[in-house]
Amino acid sequence: MTEKHHIVSYSTLIGVWIALMILTIITVAVSRIHLGAANIWAALGIASCKSGLVIAFFMHMKYEGRLLRWCLFIALVTLAIFIGLTFFDVLYR
Amino acid sequence: MSHTPHKDYAGAKFGMWLFLFTELILFGGLFILYAVYLSRYPHEFARAGLELNVVFGTVNTLVLLTSSLSVALAITAIQRGQRQLCLGMIGFTVACALLFLINKYFEWSAKIGHGIYPNSPHLKEMPAGESVFFGLYYITTGLHGLHVLIGATLLVWVFFRVRSGRTNQDDFIVLENAGLYWHLVDLIWIFLFPLYYLLL
Repeated sequence: MTEKHHIVSYSTLIGVWIALMILTIITVAVSRIHLGAANIWAALGIASCKSGLVIAFFMHMKYEGRLLRWCLFIALVTLAIFIGLTFFDVLYR
Repeated sequence: MSHTPHKDYAGAKFGMWLFLFTELILFGGLFILYAVYLSRYPHEFARAGLELNVVFGTVNTLVLLTSSLSVALAITAIQRGQRQLCLGMIGFTVACALLFLINKYFEWSAKIGHGIYPNSPHLKEMPAGESVFFGLYYITTGLHGLHVLIGATLLVWVFFRVRSGRTNQDDFIVLENAGLYWHLVDLIWIFLFPLYYLLL
């Protein structure tokens, strides 16, 4: 194989894992406080941070080329359109 | 041998990512259903959510995140030619998957013991919002559990490929793609956990 592969170091991966553990503890702690509608947004915000870390480092997206990054972007935009249009219908019915 | 077998590393990985996007849309649909019913029945969802065991949910989150780390470490290990470490990490990941499924078994058994299972008489007597919550809970965690089972099976297959040397430092796309699948399972759980278990 002629392609060059980026090798993510053990210490980077373990650092990401520690961050994920801390974010999990935060999400559980925050969920035990009554904040009304802010609870769900905090949960989704932290979950998005965690998935960002998993995709960037564990799934190597940070080291991928433009093609995969754009495809991921389009997939997420598609999902956002689905969610957005559904709520446009449900909330204003 | 006069010719080398055709290898398309970028193509194989691109194909895997395209498949993962379809999985994202599949689970996305279930999350949309959840969001719509949450906005319609916020109080019933909150009450039903309290029935779920936060400890089981949290332990399973930690198990899955750790297994995601170990599969990522396995890929770094194979790239560096550390085959024994790679095998150990894949084995650890499969052990985490089994632990997750065992936890899920106890969790579901407790729920079913309390009469909460699809189409149960107890569930039919509950307010509409609560029975919808448990219906979505069973289908989403069930589909996710099936993905855990498939991911673990794939990793066992990759384990034997690495052991026999067919997957090695120069050709590890199978491990990388199985790893990507495993991370997707983790990603879905990252959203599933706070939405179902931590609802107030």
